[in-house]
Amino acid sequence: MSYRSYILMKETMGKITGVLMFILAVGSVLLFIGQDMLFGKVLWWFPEGISEHSKAIDQQFMWTLVVVGISFTAAQFALGYAVVRFGRKGNTRAVYTHGSNKLEITWTMITAAVFVVLAILGQRVWANLHLNEAPADSARIDVVAQQFQWNFHYPGADGTLGKTEAKYIDDSGLNFVGLDPNDAAGKDDAQLTTLIIPVNRPVELTLKSKDVIHSFFVPALRFKQDSLPGMAIRVHFTATKEGKYEIPCAELCGNLHNNMKSNMIVIPGDEFDQLMAMSEEKFKEQLGALTDRYQY
Amino acid sequence: MADVVHPVHGEVHRHPAPTSFIRKYVFSTDHKVIGIQYWCLALFAVFVGMGLSLLMRVQLGWPGQEFAFLKTLFPIAAENGTISGELYLSMLTMHGTIMVFFVLTTAPQGGFGNYFLPIQIGAADMAFPVLNMLSFWVTFVALVVLMMSFWVNLINPDDMANVIGPIGGWTGYAPLSALGEKAGPGQGTGVVLWISSIALFCVASLLGALNFITTMLNMRAKGMSLMRLPLTCWAWFTTAVLALLSFPVLLAAGILLLLDHLALTSFFIPGGTYLSGELVKEHAGGSPILWQHLFWFFGHPEVYIAILPGMGLTSHVLATFARKPVFGYRAMVYAIFAIGLLGFFVWGHHMFISGMSPYSAIAFSLVTLTIGVPSAIKTFNWLGTLWGGQIRFTTPMLFAIGFVSLFVSGGITGLFLGQTSIDIPLHDTYFVVGHFHLIMGVAAIFGMFAGTYFWFPKMFGKMMNEGLGKIHFLITFIGVNAIFIPFHVMGMAGAPRRYAGHDKLNYLQSIMPMNRFISWVAFITIAGQLIFLVNLIWSWIKGPKASDNPWEATSLEWTIPSPPPHDNFAGIEPEVHRGPYEYSVPGASKDYLMQTDSEGPVASHGD
Repeated sequence: MSYRSYILMKETMGKITGVLMFILAVGSVLLFIGQDMLFGKVLWWFPEGISEHSKAIDQQFMWTLVVVGISFTAAQFALGYAVVRFGRKGNTRAVYTHGSNKLEITWTMITAAVFVVLAILGQRVWANLHLNEAPADSARIDVVAQQFQWNFHYPGADGTLGKTEAKYIDDSGLNFVGLDPNDAAGKDDAQLTTLIIPVNRPVELTLKSKDVIHSFFVPALRFKQDSLPGMAIRVHFTATKEGKYEIPCAELCGNLHNNMKSNMIVIPGDEFDQLMAMSEEKFKEQLGALTDRYQY
Repeated sequence: MADVVHPVHGEVHRHPAPTSFIRKYVFSTDHKVIGIQYWCLALFAVFVGMGLSLLMRVQLGWPGQEFAFLKTLFPIAAENGTISGELYLSMLTMHGTIMVFFVLTTAPQGGFGNYFLPIQIGAADMAFPVLNMLSFWVTFVALVVLMMSFWVNLINPDDMANVIGPIGGWTGYAPLSALGEKAGPGQGTGVVLWISSIALFCVASLLGALNFITTMLNMRAKGMSLMRLPLTCWAWFTTAVLALLSFPVLLAAGILLLLDHLALTSFFIPGGTYLSGELVKEHAGGSPILWQHLFWFFGHPEVYIAILPGMGLTSHVLATFARKPVFGYRAMVYAIFAIGLLGFFVWGHHMFISGMSPYSAIAFSLVTLTIGVPSAIKTFNWLGTLWGGQIRFTTPMLFAIGFVSLFVSGGITGLFLGQTSIDIPLHDTYFVVGHFHLIMGVAAIFGMFAGTYFWFPKMFGKMMNEGLGKIHFLITFIGVNAIFIPFHVMGMAGAPRRYAGHDKLNYLQSIMPMNRFISWVAFITIAGQLIFLVNLIWSWIKGPKASDNPWEATSLEWTIPSPPPHDNFAGIEPEVHRGPYEYSVPGASKDYLMQTDSEGPVASHGD
C-alpha cells in the first residue's frame, strides 16, 4: 500500500472533518443559548440569582459569552472552511508564503484590546464584594466547617459573638465551634447546622475551619469562598429572595466530601430578629418549621 | 546519502551499537530507545488512567446502583457492588496524577522529545546519555511507587483488594494531605507513597530538562541556526526550561509535605486543628495556604509543559500536510516564549477564592487574560498555515486539525475562569473540569496521537493503517466534544467537582440525565481507543514497510533510514541549508526542499 493510494479517501476526510467543525460550532452555541429551541425549555443553566451582586456577575458572564461565542464560532468555522476548501487538488502547489507581519500585528492588537477590556470589567463585582467592608448593620454569623458538617454560630440577643477557642471544642458535648464557657457574651449564642439569614439585609460571615480546607458555596447566591483552618475570612453579601438553598462543600475535604451539605434559609428580617432574641433551645425548636416552610 | 562525506564535518566516527540485550533494550543510553521506553510507559499509563475514568463514569452516571462486576473487581472497597466515596476519590486522585505526570508530561517530552530532538537538530545522541537513562528509570520507579500507593493495602494480606489509595486529587491540598490517617481513610501510607512518587518524578524531570536544554543549545549540526529549528524543537526547549524552573518548587513542597507526615513538622498545619473528636497537639504554626502557592507555582507552568510540545508538533504537522511553510514562524517562536514566561505569573488564578488577598487576585486575573494573546496568535497562525494549502488528510494531519479545534474550545473558556467575578460561581465546578480536560487533557492527547501516527513509520519502520486511524480520529473527536462540552453547562448549574455522584444535591437533579449521557459517550469513546491499540500492534507486526520519507517532509529525521541506525546519521554530521518548512517553493523541482538540500532556490527567512 503506497502513501499515494490514500489520496481519494483523504479528500472525503477533509469534507467530513470540516462538517464536524461546523456541527461542533452550531451544536455548542445551541447548548449554551438554544436549549429552549432544542428541548422546549432551559434544562441546564445557573440557578436563579438571589443576591444583590448576582445580577452583575450574570451580566459579566453574558458579555463574556458574547465575546467567547463569536470568537469560538468564527475560529471553528474558519478551521472547517479551510479543511473543506483547501484539500489537495491534483499536483497543484500550495501558496508559498511565510506570513505577514501586518496581519500578526493586527490580530495581536485586536485580541489584546478585547482581552484586557474583559479583564478589567471582570474585576468590578469582585472589588465590590471583597475590597469593601461589610456595612455596619450587617447580620454577623460565624461559619465553622469541619469534616463533613457546616456549623453556624449566631450571636444571640446581645448581637455579640462569644469568644471561641480550639481547646473548648467538644464535638460529643455539642460545642462544635469551641465557645468559651466563661465568656459572658457567649451565654446567649446559638450553634446550629443550618444557616438562617435575613432577606434584603447585608450578612457578614466569618469563615473558619476546624480541620482541613472546605469551601462555602451557594450557587443561587453566586457566592463561594474557601474556609481554612487557622484563618478567619470575613465575607459579605445580601440575599434578595426568601427561600431554602443548599450549601454544598466545594473543596475536597475527605472521603465523605460529597455528603457535606447544609441548608441556607432566607427569611424576613423581623422574623430573623425574633429568632436572634430567642434562647438556643427555642431557636432550635423553630428550625423544623422553617425548613419545611420553603421548597428548594 | 551515507556516502556523502563533507570535507570538514564529515569525519566518519560511528558509534557501534551495544550488543547485549540489557544494554540495548533495558538500560540503554540510546535516546531513541529511551524515547520509546518513555512512550511505552505513557501508553501503559494512559490506559490505566482511562480505565479509572471508565469506572468513575459508571459511578457518576448511576450513583449508588449495584453492579456485580464492581464487587468482583473490588471485593472490599465495593463490597455491595457500589463504589464507595473513598474508592471513587482514590480513583480520581490516581486518574489525575497518572494522566498529568505519567502521560501528559511523559509522552510528548520524554517520549517524542527524546527520540526526535537530537535527530531534528542533527546530533548523534543527547548531551548526557547516562543522565537520560537515569531520568527514564527514575520515572519508571516513580510510576511503580504511585501504583503501590493505590494498592497499598495489598501489603496487609487480610485486606486484599481494599483499594484505597491517596485521597486528595492530583493537587493534594494540605492540610488534608498533611495530617495523616486521622484525616480519614487514604490519608496515611497512601499519601506518603503518593508524595514520594511525585518527588521522584520531579527529580527525573529535572535530569531530563537539563539534558534537553544542553542538547539543543550545544549540539546543533552545521547550518542549523536557531531560526532554522523545527517548531517542535522550540516547544521541547521551552518546555524543558519551564520544567527546570518549576519542578524544583514542587520537589521542595513535596519534601516539606513528607516531613509534616513523617517528622511531625508543621509547614502546612496550623495550630488548633481539631480532628476526629480531638485536638491535634503535635502540630502548630503552619500555613494552610502555603501548599497551594507552592503547588500552583509549579502547577501552572505544568499545564504548559503538557501542551507546548503538542503545539510545536501541530505546527510541524500542519505545515507538512498543508504543503506550506508555517505562517509566521518567528511569531510562533515568540508566542511560545511569551506563553512560557507569562505562565510563571498566573498561578494565583487557581486560588481566587482560596483566602489569599483579594488584591493579588486582581493582579493574577489581569496577567491571566493577557496569556490569551500569545495563544490566540498561535491559533491565527495555524489557520494561516492551512489557508491556501494543498491539504493531505492523513491521520496525523486530522489529529493536528483536531488539536487546533480542541485548543480553541478549551482555551477560550479560560476567558470566563480568568475573571475573578465569574470565577466565583464557576470555581471548583464541572466548568473547570471541562475547561482543563479539553485543553490540557484531550488537546495534548491529540498532539500525542498526531505524533504517534506521524512518527511511527520513523520509529518502527512500518506504516500505520490509515483506515483504522481515520475511524479512530472520528470516534475520538466526536466523543471528546460530546463529553467535555456538556461539562461546562453542568458547572454553570453548580455541579461541584470531585463528587462521588451528584445525586445528593436537590438542585442538581436536572443534570443526572446529562451525566448518564456523558457516561454512555465515554464508554463508546474509550472502546474506540482499542482501535488505536489494535492499529499499533497490527502495524508493528504486519504494517507495510515505511520508506525513509513517507510523508515527503523536510526535517532531518526524514533524511535517515526508518528506523534510524544507533548513531542516527551513521557518523556523518548533516549540513543544514535552509529553514524547516520549505514546502511548495516556486521554482523547485518538487514541492518540498529538505533542510539538507543544498541545491534549489535559497529560502527566504521566516518573516
